[in-house]
Amino acid sequence: MKVELRIQRFNPEKDSKPHFENYAVECEPTDRVLDAILQVKGVLDGSLTLRKSCAHGICGSDGMQINGRNMLACKVLVKNLKQPIVIEPLKGFKIVKDLVVDMKSFFEKYRSVQPYLQNEDPVPEKERLQSPAERERFDDTTKCILCACCTTACPSFWSDPNYVGPAAIVQAHRFLFDSRDKAKEERLNVLDSREGVWRCRTIFNCSDACPREIDVTRAISEVKRNLLFKKL
Amino acid sequence: MIYRGKEGQWSWVLHRITGIGVLLFLLTHILDTMLVGWGPEIYNKVMSIYRHPFFKIGEVGLFAAVLYHALNGIRIILVDFWPRGTQYHRQMFYGEVILFFLAMIPVSFLMLSH
Repeated sequence: MKVELRIQRFNPEKDSKPHFENYAVECEPTDRVLDAILQVKGVLDGSLTLRKSCAHGICGSDGMQINGRNMLACKVLVKNLKQPIVIEPLKGFKIVKDLVVDMKSFFEKYRSVQPYLQNEDPVPEKERLQSPAERERFDDTTKCILCACCTTACPSFWSDPNYVGPAAIVQAHRFLFDSRDKAKEERLNVLDSREGVWRCRTIFNCSDACPREIDVTRAISEVKRNLLFKKL
Repeated sequence: MIYRGKEGQWSWVLHRITGIGVLLFLLTHILDTMLVGWGPEIYNKVMSIYRHPFFKIGEVGLFAAVLYHALNGIRIILVDFWPRGTQYHRQMFYGEVILFFLAMIPVSFLMLSH
């Protein structure tokens, strides 16, 4: 099938602002948007710049706005989309080139919530035991692949780039509700602040955009409720 | 292109618009009530402007804004405080839309025919 693509282009060395260019490629209906973009890059215009790595929905590097919604280009089939397929970089970040955005601030916020297990108790003889119910408590938020689809779909983040954002809260949730972790206070200092969870307006764009189907808004609401009732 | 959000995004956009609308009304209302301090003549003169058909429709719009804002406010409270609220936010939104129209149809009729 013939697939028409309308891709936002921006070369900082030549362009003063981004513009759209149209392309048409031959694809199988079961091809993904990533395959179509790579065909454009391989056959029509080698200067088209994008991030991609595993191409199987695991690494999270090809997050982009496709027909107005954030998705992973490797997880959506061309046959399921209205044509021309409009492709833009993730919103709210500085564009480096074409579909590549500067994610430095995103990963700074990720690091700010200390996304690793912390426990200063004496190391037990074997593993730190956890019941299936305790593990289930944070199961949903272990699935995050840091693609930034949630954060860049959030109007609160667009209006306030200092907002820690849904992805960092999801990462914090994963450790806040882990029975083995002991560093709740450090994370809550970040989350219980002006730029923390209270910026969330329960708009649900994050949950709708998540390619891993994490209920992001629920995770944020759980942190909010636990802060409010001082349960954490 | 505007982000193609779903029910959550549009319910939030409407919540903001109706919130600003109600706030603007309240500011105007404070100002017109304040005019009574300058005597009944000027107050009655300004009040007579409100009898214009434009304001009659505006009143229906004001009721609609307050009603939507209140109903969606309840939905937001449930999303925030009911642990399963995030799972049912869409259904709650559609329920809210049904309640909105059920209330708006008779109220609009009553207000406009009065």
